[in-house]
Amino acid sequence: MNANAPFPEVTHQRALLPEGLTLDCGAVIRPLAVAYRSYGTLNAARSNAIMVCHALTGDQYVAERQPVTGKDGWWDAIIGPGKPVDTDRFFVICANVLGGCMGSTGPREEMTDENGVPQGRPWGTDFPVVTIRDMVRAQKKLTDHLGITRLLAVIGGSMGGMQVLEWAATFPEAVFAAAPIACASHHSAQNIAFHEVGRAAIHSDPDWKQGRYWEDGRIPAQGLSVARMVAHITYLSEAALTRKFGRRLQGASALTFLEDVFQVESYLRHQGSTFVRRFDANSYLTITRAMDYFDLAHEHGSVAAAFRNTPTRFFVASFSSDWLFPTGESRALVRALNTAAARVSFIEVTTDKGHDAFLLDEPEFHRALGGFLTGAARDAGL
Amino acid sequence: MPDDAIQYVAKNMRLDLRLIAEMIPQDARMLDIGCGDGALMAHLAAEKRVDARGIEIDMQAATEAVAQGLAVIHGDADNDLAFYPDGAFDYVVLSRTLQAVERPREVLRQMLRIGRHAIVSFPNFGHWEVRWKLLLGGRMPDTETWTRPWYETPNIHPCTILDFFALAELEGYAIERWLAVDERGLKAPWTRSVRLANLFGQQALFQLRRK
Repeated sequence: MNANAPFPEVTHQRALLPEGLTLDCGAVIRPLAVAYRSYGTLNAARSNAIMVCHALTGDQYVAERQPVTGKDGWWDAIIGPGKPVDTDRFFVICANVLGGCMGSTGPREEMTDENGVPQGRPWGTDFPVVTIRDMVRAQKKLTDHLGITRLLAVIGGSMGGMQVLEWAATFPEAVFAAAPIACASHHSAQNIAFHEVGRAAIHSDPDWKQGRYWEDGRIPAQGLSVARMVAHITYLSEAALTRKFGRRLQGASALTFLEDVFQVESYLRHQGSTFVRRFDANSYLTITRAMDYFDLAHEHGSVAAAFRNTPTRFFVASFSSDWLFPTGESRALVRALNTAAARVSFIEVTTDKGHDAFLLDEPEFHRALGGFLTGAARDAGL
Repeated sequence: MPDDAIQYVAKNMRLDLRLIAEMIPQDARMLDIGCGDGALMAHLAAEKRVDARGIEIDMQAATEAVAQGLAVIHGDADNDLAFYPDGAFDYVVLSRTLQAVERPREVLRQMLRIGRHAIVSFPNFGHWEVRWKLLLGGRMPDTETWTRPWYETPNIHPCTILDFFALAELEGYAIERWLAVDERGLKAPWTRSVRLANLFGQQALFQLRRK
């Protein structure tokens, strides 16, 4: 397989919304495509819907085999029949974010002009700057399209958590319960810095060609892979890396610069090389920028002002070894929610698995989330 | 408080919590500081439609409460009360925790800033057994209530019932009701005499408001 070839085309289920969407930057996307998956059955009152928001490199295949990679859904651990997000009771929706590369309108899709006329080429880097709020507005268009006026819950981790907060701040009446997990009310300077290293790696790959790599059917595999390697370190913890790899050698007996010496190196390289087979570089640039721009206090004056007298109830959870979105940031969010007189639950889960813990087997977290949703369903009269 | 008022209370709830449950009216907004696994909150939400929120310092207990669908945050009295707006609650409850906080006076101030009423219970250091053991043995008392040795007790600010009356006076709080109870939370008949209550009550329960 050619490492520089784009990943295979797959047909995704999507809603095509001809009216389009006006973005925070002023640009108009028309028509708007929102690729999505759903699980479970929407009840007659349309009151049992839960929106799941995915993280930076996630997608809508949250609880089923991903068609490009063939891997299990990224939140299979918590979504399904009898699981904390019980698809026997709830109608679960997950949409690919605006700017993504799994079928929603984004840099990889065909460009249209303001009248919706196709331009015969992908958007590439001409895709407008999007914000987390734009992503949420696109999801709101989808729920309107599905005839759902109020979501029982919106849940998500990391960038998914940012979308959850933006849902509750922008459409409070449409969100009965919100679970922002392992996130913060803004993207920190340190996190922006890590993103910039990733973007710089993509920019410096000659195959990137100022974003016009689609012209000759190549992808900036090297740059995107390095971006993923850096990012992947931030998703783990020192303890988890030590536990998994320690200082174990890969097999090289002589002192060398040129090969993988330590096991952790080959692991990261593997992460990088598999990533480029499922993710678009221009999407990566677009979405990391959206995260960097996220700052609820800047949008509303303060985080508390974003949620003043909110009818939404919240469940906030953080993970003790997460240094990308540390517990302190979740605690600050909880305090702002208390200032706003919101109904909020908060726990910090003790784990050495770092930021990625929100995706992994963490029984305490699953139990708390399941209990929160059950309580919300009960109080919503379900 | 007539005894028959507590007969419907969940049987597995701590007896001192039953007394507190009686003091909180229908539909009140309540904050339970040190809510544990949320037994009082769950009871009040189910029986009196109380809008109950909780703070718990022990992560396992907080997780247990959240898993029951209760609005409980992991946090503590010293650091989290300042973030709630004025008058956010009708009742703010601090049960058997005042003696373990870093700044009890400030915690009480915060309770009466964010709540109209404060309900506080604490173990009484003026109990005769405590006095007796210190007087005769000359060592820090070890009783049914005060079980941990001085070097590992979390109870860094013990006080007596008389001390609490004095603090309420100093801070200008009105004492709406008070009672002394034994270790199992049963009421004791010393309400007419503070000095007798201070000698024989193992636990004290106060309801305060700002004057």
